[in-house]
Amino acid sequence: MLAKRIIPCLDVKEGRTVKGINFEGLRDVGDPVELGRRYAAEGADELVYLDISASREGRSTFLELVGRVAAELNIPFTVGGGISTLQHAALLLDAGADKISINSAAVANPDLISEIAEVYGRQFVVVAIDARQGEDGVWRVTTHGGSRLTDLELFSWAEEACRRGAGEILFTSMNHDGTGNGYPLEVYERLAKLPVPVIASGGAGNASHIADVLEPGRADAALAASIFHYGTLSIGEVKKVLAERNIPVRL
Amino acid sequence: MIAIIDYDAGNICSVVNLLNRLGAEWKLTADKNEIESASHVILPGVGHAAHVMGALRERGLEQTIKNLRRPVLGICAGMQIMCSSSEEGDVECMDIFDCRVKLLEPKPDEKIPHMGWDSLGNLESKLFKDIRKGEMFYFVHSYYAPLCYDTIATCRFGASEPMFSAALRYENFYGVQFHPEKSGEAGEKLIKNFLAL
Repeated sequence: MLAKRIIPCLDVKEGRTVKGINFEGLRDVGDPVELGRRYAAEGADELVYLDISASREGRSTFLELVGRVAAELNIPFTVGGGISTLQHAALLLDAGADKISINSAAVANPDLISEIAEVYGRQFVVVAIDARQGEDGVWRVTTHGGSRLTDLELFSWAEEACRRGAGEILFTSMNHDGTGNGYPLEVYERLAKLPVPVIASGGAGNASHIADVLEPGRADAALAASIFHYGTLSIGEVKKVLAERNIPVRL
Repeated sequence: MIAIIDYDAGNICSVVNLLNRLGAEWKLTADKNEIESASHVILPGVGHAAHVMGALRERGLEQTIKNLRRPVLGICAGMQIMCSSSEEGDVECMDIFDCRVKLLEPKPDEKIPHMGWDSLGNLESKLFKDIRKGEMFYFVHSYYAPLCYDTIATCRFGASEPMFSAALRYENFYGVQFHPEKSGEAGEKLIKNFLAL
């Protein structure tokens, strides 16, 4: 039986990790490669590197970084942030990324999902969805980091993304992200009916929250940034709690 | 010198990166003489079985590989084309391992591809020296090799499913369904074990 995966997410700007605290024994918390190696050694099952650079130079730096990560890391990693063409995805694959994550560009151009999946296989394509629940109870997809609301309804968009070739869905609730109050479990119960694995993101404040969302019939993996970067929790502590609750993990 | 077979089998940089981390000397090659004189041969493979099998035949390498007497390791699709046939593209393969590769057919609550970390059982080979039963490796596949006499490790896709071959061996030929190059320290240990054969 597959293990539930714990996936730290590293935000990278102009080739440097943003956020992050002083880990003991880590010379440079700003170095994405060193931080990634640290997480891998702690038991991370995968990593996500998100490019939040605004400049062209920053994007080129990121591509070089992907090559260095691939050379150093012995676990799979996904890269995302600003990928909007097949060529861009191809460059990241050639640099050594195992998967790419697309978000706003997939909403703007849903054919992008199928184009990339047809050439590189669906296992290479993660479709990230940020959505917000309105006062009417409907979950609507947002883009550009949650700043733009679209007319797309979450569940129909997730199904469409799968039909078009998404190999995984990474869902973040903009109502929960950053709160530390836990995940919208009922949403993950609905998303679990998709034919592909679902990664939960945004909202975890403690290890129990992560265990809750990884219970059977909910998400297959949990992605987190702040709780790991700021040292609130270690990956080992999270996995210990999961194992105590009989959730299959890689120890 | 380790020969990595160069036959357009998808992304090989993760295999190369792992060998570099281990300090091993390797060469990416489709040259028969270089393959025959290598101490170890790795047949990587990401992609469609019929496509990678076709690419191997185009380069005239099928018989070269089958005649090798040094350790050979097929990874993922590289392992699958060492079996007798594959349902992926309905192709006759190298017929080194005595089993036919089939499509995973998930139950309603299961998902394909079988992707992520999964545990191995029934470990029976020097390939798994110092690797404990239940150790997890990283898998990404939609087709599988059923159990057969060549099976040296098993895995199970879903609780109610039969086991499949996570690794195979026939004489000097080894194949693994998972990706040791993405499987953390356990994967590095396995590659070291292979290089020690």
